[in-house]
Amino acid sequence: MQGLRNGAAMYAVDPRRTSSSKFADVWLGLDVGTDIAMANAVAREIIHAGLVNQAFIDHSTEGFEAYRDAVEPYTLEVAAEITGVPAEAIKEMAHAYATADKAQILWTLGITEHHNAVDNVLSLCNLALLTGHVGTWGSGLVPLRGQNNVQGGGDMGSLPNKFPGFQDITNDEHRAKFEAVYDAELNPEDGIHLTLMFEAMGRGDLTAAFVIGENPADSEADVDHARRLLAGLDCLVVQDIFMTRTAELADVVFPASVAWAESDGTVTSSERRVQRTRPAVTPPGEARHDIDILGALAERMGVDLTEHGCALEPEALWDELRSLSPMHTGMSYERLEDEGGLQWPCPSLDHPGSPFLHGWLWEADLGGRGPAPFSIVEHEGPNEQLTTEFPLRLTTGRSLDSYNTGVQSNGFDSPIRYGDELDINPSDGRSLGIVDGERVQVSSPRGTVEMSVRFQPDIPEGLTFTTYHFPALVDINKLTNDAWDKRSGTSEFKAASIRIDKLRLDSQVVSPAELPG
Amino acid sequence: MADLHLTVDTSTDAERAAVDAALGTDARAVIHETERLVRGGMARKNNRRHLLLPGLHALQAEIGWISPGGLNYLCDVLQVPPAEAYGVATFYELFRTDDPGHAESTVHVCMDTSCHIADAEGFAQRLEAEGKRVHRGPCLGQCERAPAQFVQGRGVPDSVPADADQIAAPGSFLPPQFGTEGLRLLARVGVVDPTSLAAYREHGGYEALAKAIELGGQAVIDEVRAAGLTGRGGAAFPTAIKWQGVADESGRPKHVIANADESEPGTFKDRHLMEHDPFALIEGLTIAGLAVDAEHGWIYIRGEYPLSTNRLSNAIDQARTAGLLGDDVMGSGKRFDIELRRGAGAYICGEETALMESIEGFRGEPRNKPPFPTTHGLFGEPTAVNNPETLLNAAYIVLHGAVAYRSVGTEKSPGTRLFCVSGHVAIPGVYEVAMGTTLGDVIDLAGGATGTTRAILMGGAAGSFIAADQLDLPLTQEDTREAGTTLGSGVITLFDDSVGFQALLTRITEFFKGESCGQCVPCRVGTTRQHEVIVELGRTGTLPVARATLIDDMALAMADASICGLGHTAAGAVQSAIRLGLIGASS
Repeated sequence: MQGLRNGAAMYAVDPRRTSSSKFADVWLGLDVGTDIAMANAVAREIIHAGLVNQAFIDHSTEGFEAYRDAVEPYTLEVAAEITGVPAEAIKEMAHAYATADKAQILWTLGITEHHNAVDNVLSLCNLALLTGHVGTWGSGLVPLRGQNNVQGGGDMGSLPNKFPGFQDITNDEHRAKFEAVYDAELNPEDGIHLTLMFEAMGRGDLTAAFVIGENPADSEADVDHARRLLAGLDCLVVQDIFMTRTAELADVVFPASVAWAESDGTVTSSERRVQRTRPAVTPPGEARHDIDILGALAERMGVDLTEHGCALEPEALWDELRSLSPMHTGMSYERLEDEGGLQWPCPSLDHPGSPFLHGWLWEADLGGRGPAPFSIVEHEGPNEQLTTEFPLRLTTGRSLDSYNTGVQSNGFDSPIRYGDELDINPSDGRSLGIVDGERVQVSSPRGTVEMSVRFQPDIPEGLTFTTYHFPALVDINKLTNDAWDKRSGTSEFKAASIRIDKLRLDSQVVSPAELPG
Repeated sequence: MADLHLTVDTSTDAERAAVDAALGTDARAVIHETERLVRGGMARKNNRRHLLLPGLHALQAEIGWISPGGLNYLCDVLQVPPAEAYGVATFYELFRTDDPGHAESTVHVCMDTSCHIADAEGFAQRLEAEGKRVHRGPCLGQCERAPAQFVQGRGVPDSVPADADQIAAPGSFLPPQFGTEGLRLLARVGVVDPTSLAAYREHGGYEALAKAIELGGQAVIDEVRAAGLTGRGGAAFPTAIKWQGVADESGRPKHVIANADESEPGTFKDRHLMEHDPFALIEGLTIAGLAVDAEHGWIYIRGEYPLSTNRLSNAIDQARTAGLLGDDVMGSGKRFDIELRRGAGAYICGEETALMESIEGFRGEPRNKPPFPTTHGLFGEPTAVNNPETLLNAAYIVLHGAVAYRSVGTEKSPGTRLFCVSGHVAIPGVYEVAMGTTLGDVIDLAGGATGTTRAILMGGAAGSFIAADQLDLPLTQEDTREAGTTLGSGVITLFDDSVGFQALLTRITEFFKGESCGQCVPCRVGTTRQHEVIVELGRTGTLPVARATLIDDMALAMADASICGLGHTAAGAVQSAIRLGLIGASS
């Protein structure tokens, strides 16, 4: 926002004219799931207008010719047909991006909550490679995070195939390093991600789960199915600061402490900056710090972690991480304090940290790496096409002042809260014979919910939107599509097809598959 | 803006049409090109905020007030939060945000200094008896024809009844100094037809601009510096330093502004110039733009000056048509144009940074300085702000040279000066005399006092009273300062021994109380407390020492801790009146 105030131009590409879009110089309201067609058309226009950064392409990338040929069919007219956005506007954006001194592409779940999430991201990376808007001050590719420490979670190894510092589990050398420190043998095979876990539950291969700070009983796509699976586990342990719907299903619940207010430690922001956090208040009641809980759990299992090289105090634990994760090695607590945080990689105490990650693209020897590849990606569109039975597109998202499934944000009142309604263009509403605020029945191929509609002139015809902040009011994830990307494990929350029916006066809609208590 | 929330009130066709007509076709901050393509954004919105004041004028003129629905429409067009726009609308004397309950024009009657002693209240009551809708308000800048009125039209243009003759027969005005040799600034007043560019050029018009183009910007500034020209708006800042500051800035758009928001009670000289020699201001401002290499000229004129506004507007149009404004000014290859902006009745908008806030579409609250306007002025860009009289002086200097300019006046105060003489004198009006002329000579020029002078207000409400025995005071910056008073904006108001100074000072303190923008606490509270003390004095008849001390303490606090001149000078008239024994013999 500061940048916009200082005169930066913003092009917002979003099916909805969101609050952010209203700050944009130009809003391009593309159809849900047509991001690749848009990106490829932008690329083709940049190439045809002679606006590519040829020196950068020659020096730092590979695969340009094949990419150029692959995007050739994506003319402005084709993209306009697919996306619904006027060709002139796509052209204007392409030229603005290519000719800007500095340019960033920022995105969030609108790109990644699709069945082809990785392709979507790659299509944007291609644009940065085409123009050289990456690895320099003020330019780059910026996936925005929804929480202050999403980045830190991945950095610390909470990924099925990585140790802390993105070291591969399957890499013998990496694994040996961890085994030496912990004096234990580690599983040499990759684990599985959340989406696969639910599939494993469905097959009966996975019978116990330890869920920390996550609420899949509300947040999973096709949530009826997910709840049945969670309820069917032999053992479900939940560690959380709230009694979530998942926690209600658990055999054991560990009350945890609030990371930003009650815990000593670090967080890592979207710009890879590690910062210290300090407790302001003591956790209430029986709530305990995450480290305590895990240490005590090990103890009950008969293991004293400290005898295995594990620290149980925040700073000592951090130093343990520094000894194992090269990109964090230079970040002592003292430096984090003195320098207001440090950005990884920071491999040694005299390393200043790395304000941007891909500066190597501009180095003469590419920092010893290979050139960055262009990726050929094709438009597919949403997995679930609109049909005469389900003619409206449903996309889901978040609204200001609410957060995800609402466990963290619904505990307080807000005068600007909305989101338990289904937003719909007034003309769609009128053609369905419904009025603003009417309770309706909303159905997808997977389920049916009852909710109110809100006439919203900013939303294009044919599109509907709601949040899933209010699962207690509306179980919207009963409708969403659990088709997911095999590479990222993300479900297509952004594109389902639905139908809206007027409620019959004589019968109340009964939600199917109410969970046993 | 994303956080723009309008109330449920709806606008009428007439209101929408009025706003659309006033703002032009490209005013909308958000354009829905198609259902899938919307243009808007911070830059576009910010570039249109300055249309807020013209939009409010359009609404006020159309239906006599700014209705919630009309305000909603304007806010939607410009994407200004309604709360902010309401804050702007309520800032100005000429806007009202409550339904007046009638469909007639409003007659504003001035209640200040010269009009006060000309029985403005009785005049207002007579108008009311005739069925007129009267609004008693601050100075209207017509002190020479007190008591003054200004008619704010509803569905018809604003007007000043006293201007009727001038409108019927442009150029027929007979100034008191008509035919006097050696007039520099008033040479064309009453001589040329103010609506005719040809007449202006026949009388030497645009010779100065031609000379300035020949000299080039830096030479113009050097000449103005050599002439020792200082600002005529009241602060007497050296003009060349200001211009040099702007000229030295590069790489950003630059502005020159003529501050024609003449609002100091007792001041009417700029109105005089603009009504009777409007092209001279256009030429002077163009020279300033050339000197500092600015392309954007602005004239911010009082909302209560309809004739001046029309004459300037006409002059700008003619100058543009003649190639004296526009992409190639007088064949110089330089681009310069002027936009005319009307204020809406706010004394504080005569302060240069408040004026810029007002143009930009915000409440006219002065900014902290530094940064100074020369580097961060209008829209944050380098800006020179000058009084019309200053600009006319600059044109004279360019044409005749610094040496000729200095042939009259004193070493420290060279040149001539316009004085607005009003109150108890025989021939109130604007007089041009050499700097250093004595106060008594100027009063004699105005036909002399009509009664036994008790006190003279120098510099307007923000100036100070001096005793009637000061007639030998030479009118220069240095001599008036030494005498503990000021030239200010050239105000000389005479009060004879019939004047009730208690009532006059009550009105002066009421003026400051009403005109303080409220931004600085010392001024907001101080001007109110000062008024209360004077009202109390009127009730009790005595001024206890503690109260006199309070006045002095508040004066000090306002001078020390207010960011603009209003707070700095708000106590001057009261303190000098006490000192001279005009009010409240201390007990």
